Amino acid sequence: MLQLVLFFVFGTIAVAAAVNLLAQRHPINSALSLIVVMASVAALFLLMGAEFLAAIQVIVYAGAIMVLFVFVIMLLNAGEEERTPGSRIAKLLGFPAVVLLAGFLAWTLVTRNPYPVAVNLTGRFVGSPALIAQLLFRDFLLPFEVTSVLILIAIMGAVVLASSAGTTAGPGSPERPPAKRES
Amino acid sequence: MVPISYYLVLSAILFALGVVGFLIKRNLITLFMSIELMLNGVNLAFVAFAWQWKSLNGQVFVFFVMVVAAAEAAVGLAIIIAVFRTRETLNVDRVNLLKL
Repeated sequence: MLQLVLFFVFGTIAVAAAVNLLAQRHPINSALSLIVVMASVAALFLLMGAEFLAAIQVIVYAGAIMVLFVFVIMLLNAGEEERTPGSRIAKLLGFPAVVLLAGFLAWTLVTRNPYPVAVNLTGRFVGSPALIAQLLFRDFLLPFEVTSVLILIAIMGAVVLASSAGTTAGPGSPERPPAKRES
Repeated sequence: MVPISYYLVLSAILFALGVVGFLIKRNLITLFMSIELMLNGVNLAFVAFAWQWKSLNGQVFVFFVMVVAAAEAAVGLAIIIAVFRTRETLNVDRVNLLKL
């Protein structure tokens, strides 16, 4: 019963914050809404016994990744986004299409699931760091090592893309020509 | 006990809201945030199924999704910075040329 209450509390917070992310015009408000979504998803992870993932969700997602987002928003001094008028057909069909998409996803996930209740309800199921580590460093050792290569490539790519050195007519250098605008 | 279908419906709603954000928002950074929202919805479904089957493989997969999301955010934000340097705008409607 308490779990049901907690699920509805955090589920409502997550959906409300996600809607707020869409409604806000300024990117920093959207970023803060996304942090709320991630925190409530972490709470839902805890409800499902994923302790390690809940901690990682808060530390990596709400911590590291969102700090990166907020940092870039402040670095680029992003202001309010401009609205471009969409077509009337898009506005008319957009809302039913969204409801259709969510309904279809939910219907597929729920009805294609052969066992709609959790199996072995009595057993205590906790994704503790020790169990995750056993799986990660034994069964999933190769994917784990590959992710380290992926992270390394991502770091190098980010440095190369964001740094001004290495490009001809280095952007940000004093002798840089003014940015060309396409009419 | 919360039925597993509640979590799945919630994850579908979060994913659909992410899709909506990706389509209606006009700011490059907010588009990235919508992608993160979609990834969160998928992660929720993964954990729900892991909880249903009492198997930790789903949780390990969520771990890998988070790693890929971190790499994607780092590279994507670097691309956004590069685009902003040459275009001096974050509006996706004005970023319509592949040439920097």
